[in-house]
Amino acid sequence: MIWLFVLLWPLLGIKPEGLEVATTFSVWWRIAIGCASILVIYQLNSVGAFNFITKPVGEAVGGAKKATSTLPFAVWAFAILAFAVAYPHLFGRYAQDVAINCMIYICLGLGLNVVVGLAGMLDLGYIAFYGLGAYTYALLSVHYKLAFWICLPISAGVAGLGACIIGYCSMRMRGDYLAIVTLGFAEIVRMVLNNWMSLTNGPNGITGIKAPGMYWPDFANGMTLEHLWLKKLSLIYYVILALVIFTIIAVYRLNHSRIGRAWEAIREDETAAEVMGIPTFYMKLLGYCTGACFGGMAGAFYAARMRFVSPESFTFLESAMVLSMVVLGGMGSIPGVILGALALIALPEIFRDFELYRMLVFGGVMTLMMLFRPQGLLPPKRRMKAEKD
Amino acid sequence: MSEPILELRDVHAGYGSIKALKGISIKVMEGEIVSIIGANGAGKSTTLMTICNIVKATAGDIYYKGGCINKVASDSLPSMGLCQVPEGRRIFPRLTIEENLDMGAFFRNDNEIADDMERVFAMFPILRERRRQAGGTLSGGEQQMLAIGRALMSRPKVLLLDEPSLGLAPLIVKQIFDIISEINKLGTTIILVEQNAKVALSMAHRGYVLETGNVVMEDEAKKLLDNPDIQKAYLGE
Repeated sequence: MIWLFVLLWPLLGIKPEGLEVATTFSVWWRIAIGCASILVIYQLNSVGAFNFITKPVGEAVGGAKKATSTLPFAVWAFAILAFAVAYPHLFGRYAQDVAINCMIYICLGLGLNVVVGLAGMLDLGYIAFYGLGAYTYALLSVHYKLAFWICLPISAGVAGLGACIIGYCSMRMRGDYLAIVTLGFAEIVRMVLNNWMSLTNGPNGITGIKAPGMYWPDFANGMTLEHLWLKKLSLIYYVILALVIFTIIAVYRLNHSRIGRAWEAIREDETAAEVMGIPTFYMKLLGYCTGACFGGMAGAFYAARMRFVSPESFTFLESAMVLSMVVLGGMGSIPGVILGALALIALPEIFRDFELYRMLVFGGVMTLMMLFRPQGLLPPKRRMKAEKD
Repeated sequence: MSEPILELRDVHAGYGSIKALKGISIKVMEGEIVSIIGANGAGKSTTLMTICNIVKATAGDIYYKGGCINKVASDSLPSMGLCQVPEGRRIFPRLTIEENLDMGAFFRNDNEIADDMERVFAMFPILRERRRQAGGTLSGGEQQMLAIGRALMSRPKVLLLDEPSLGLAPLIVKQIFDIISEINKLGTTIILVEQNAKVALSMAHRGYVLETGNVVMEDEAKKLLDNPDIQKAYLGE
């Protein structure tokens, strides 16, 4: 603890104009007092000084837990769904925008969850598939005027294909080596997008991407179908909501299938899985591609929503962000990943005033998480199948 | 004499520049229990790993049911009836027992998997009790049972067992070995790699003694047990 403060003081003093140590004392003092008081509270708590508060609170929490667990899952799912559907009517443009952002990341997180959480492959270049999906839709939309709904599976396919190509070469590697290869791949994709001027327009990006369209029944003059561009934010919101629900269902089904179990077996012990007759190479490739497909879909939506793509959106920082969501929420757990995405996207919006310290808090939270809850906020529960007999 | 079900002919294998097997020849007849014994580093586990193609043979051939399996991928061997219970059990700790067993039958697509699982549960009743528990919560002996049960789910013709007695209490060891000979009586050929030479030889039909990557002795298990050299070297008498 002491070394932290010894280090912090000169570090805070580093300014663009040079060292300016004296003025940083005030900040340093505040942090030191904050830490000291937390330490004191922690110590008091451990000797039981707060029993008069914590006990009733703990009991209340326990009671609340009991109450929630008696409610069936369907009620919860319905309540959340109802809230999600009503959301654009309840909140304004800004909140909708944040929600859309959140849901894009939920899609990405769930996709990466298949790769990292289930199959246990550390993928540091997941954003490359997001980028591939986004550019696929962008190019198809601008040059061939293809509709969003046709391009959505194509984008997923292109991302999946990219994953197959890189995966086929690298799936024999394990752990850290795979992480480095995927990191390299993401950089390659970004560099290609940045430099292939004739195709991707380089760092300027691609503009003029069409929003998703839809045929809407028009009752004005009989039953005719009218083509509608979903440009309004609230309509876009419903598109991503549908995508998220689709992704959740797909990942849930995968998770509970034999393939999902095989992925988990590979994560647990690859050699054992291999001698048990699980085709580890193809299963890993399949997992990698599946994850990439979800990334590609999210990418296509991103392109359609922003109506602009540029390589800047697909940097390593984004990969790290998505990976953090998965780790923070709990690897292999769907609610965990959703919570992780909400926490990492929505909370920074709420605390916009403290933007300067965002990365500091971010790092601190991650460190604390690893110390106190390494399995994530909502770790996956072993599913208990209903007794057959 | 009939054709051996599994045969190693002058197999060499190693890890990088280290030669672990320097020309091993082993024959296993159908329905036998064959023990491979030897000191640490003699190449016992490597032999099994080479059979399963996890470690590649650098020279020599491995025949299974008359066909060469040198180039067959490890993960397609269980569907051919060749299954290994690896050293140190290596179950999937975070999967439940049922799921662990199901993974043993991963390549199968028939509707008798549930029946086979019942058979495994009948053989190891303790696993039935804990079927929904995570594999990692089991004790060492139970994990070994689970590992054997998982391998049985692939309906093996030849079962390769790597040190099933590793780190287990003598009573559990006896229990495990009883089950192994029961499995053998049901028609499964067994190759047993063991440090615990006495137990291994007393249940096996034939035995091979490995020393620094070579077969130094092969004989009927009883004769090996009575051999004074073996007694001195491996049985501690």
